[in-house]
Amino acid sequence: MSALVEIQDVNFSYDQRAILNGINMSFGKGKVIAVMGGSGCGKTTLLRLIGGALKPTRGSVKFDGSVIHEMNQRELYEVRRKMGVLFQFGALFTDMSVFDNVAFQMREHTNLPEEIIHDLVMMKLHAVGLRGTHAQFPAELSGGMARRVALARTVALDPMLILYDEPFAGLDPISLSVVGQLIRKLNDALGATSVVVTHDVQESLKIVDYVYFIADGVIVAEGTPDEIRASDKPFVHQFVHGEIDGPIPFQHAGARSYAQDLKVSA
Amino acid sequence: MPIAKSLRAVGHRAVNVVWRIGFATRFLYLTLTHSGMSFRRFQLIVKELFASGVMSLIIIGVAGLFVGIVLGLQGYETLKRYGSESALGSLVALSLVRELGPVLAALLFASRAGSAMTAEIGLMKATEQIAAMEMMAVSPLARVIAPRFWAGIISMPLLAAIFSAMGVFGGYVVGVVIIGVDEGSFWSQMQSTVDFQHDIMNGVLKSFVFGVAVTVIALFEGFDAPPTAEGVSGATTRTVVQSSLAILLLDVILTAFMFRGA
Repeated sequence: MSALVEIQDVNFSYDQRAILNGINMSFGKGKVIAVMGGSGCGKTTLLRLIGGALKPTRGSVKFDGSVIHEMNQRELYEVRRKMGVLFQFGALFTDMSVFDNVAFQMREHTNLPEEIIHDLVMMKLHAVGLRGTHAQFPAELSGGMARRVALARTVALDPMLILYDEPFAGLDPISLSVVGQLIRKLNDALGATSVVVTHDVQESLKIVDYVYFIADGVIVAEGTPDEIRASDKPFVHQFVHGEIDGPIPFQHAGARSYAQDLKVSA
Repeated sequence: MPIAKSLRAVGHRAVNVVWRIGFATRFLYLTLTHSGMSFRRFQLIVKELFASGVMSLIIIGVAGLFVGIVLGLQGYETLKRYGSESALGSLVALSLVRELGPVLAALLFASRAGSAMTAEIGLMKATEQIAAMEMMAVSPLARVIAPRFWAGIISMPLLAAIFSAMGVFGGYVVGVVIIGVDEGSFWSQMQSTVDFQHDIMNGVLKSFVFGVAVTVIALFEGFDAPPTAEGVSGATTRTVVQSSLAILLLDVILTAFMFRGA
């Protein structure tokens, strides 16, 4: 099966600070892929590179065969119509109702009559189980509901690729399972490809086909969920089981010693 | 070397100001080139006209009325000394349409509508709504910025006109109704001295220029705000301070060209 997104030898740095270093990934069509790693390891940067919001310092990101960072604004917008992005906190438009949020892209990008848009929006909201909230405003929704509405908005135009930025962050266990199941179901129903950037290991291992682990800007492990669970690599083991001790240090100490920082002579 | 350090700081600030003016100019250019959608879908502008124009009506109307009342009282005091109370109508109307209407309405507009625009756009940025729009292949410049820009430009001259009209009414109430200046001379003097081209159109032109300045500053500051609480509050403050200074500076320049006593 051919890959929808191919990331080849991608490097990225902010100013002098290297974030990603020689990343190679390939996301096959129809798959749900998780990209995991600790906070600040460059996961979100990776999503922004795929979405064309950032340019890699080296290497390339290809979407459906064309290189993202070589496109001009118009071509990039064409490609983005085939993508959906779920932002960490939903990023719903607060001045619009739930209905208008989901209808936003349909109104901007299509000439569909308002009756058809109405039916489509109701179908999308039904798919995330929130048809009853269509007249409410984002501020009236709980965090989990807002995330589901944002999900409905993300898939409004049936995208080929859906990018999720920390979809599980800050959700209660029930909402977490609901969102997890929705990611899988929507992906299969739409025949899309999904990339889930997350640090929630247990939830994502339940729903994804393939996992990449990133630490310090490089891929340290990859495999199917079963391979990951069985992995004896110290990093993966520490991450999957949430152990405090392991290759990822608890202390972020900097260059100076503890004695120097406390101004005592060692 | 404290001197070298402070010199460097001054230089850095100066360069920074020039950079920001450059960015703001480019921002204005991009806003203009992305304005097509606003005119094809005029209801986008109408929505913003309501938010920035209609919602400013009360403060503009009340402020205009008060300024007119004060002008009436002060003007009568001074004119009486020279025995020319009948010129009160001209004094009130000329000060308002040439100067106070456009300038004060713009200052109020900057603090009422300009600050709201900056805060709204800054918060949209902080909550990733702008980024989400970009990722949905909808240009925020076309969808968010341009309609607000045009709404600001359309509403500013109208608000200034309402300010002046309310001011003239306030002057009339104080001068004619309360103090007892002759009503006929109040209106006829006003009619004969206020020139449509020279006074009213120049006032409208002023308020148009102020409208462009205030909206560009407000929108640019919002769009450029760091996506944090301090970032948005700092940007809102800068909008009010910079637009006020810009209005007063532009007023000096415009007045120097328009009214040279010729």
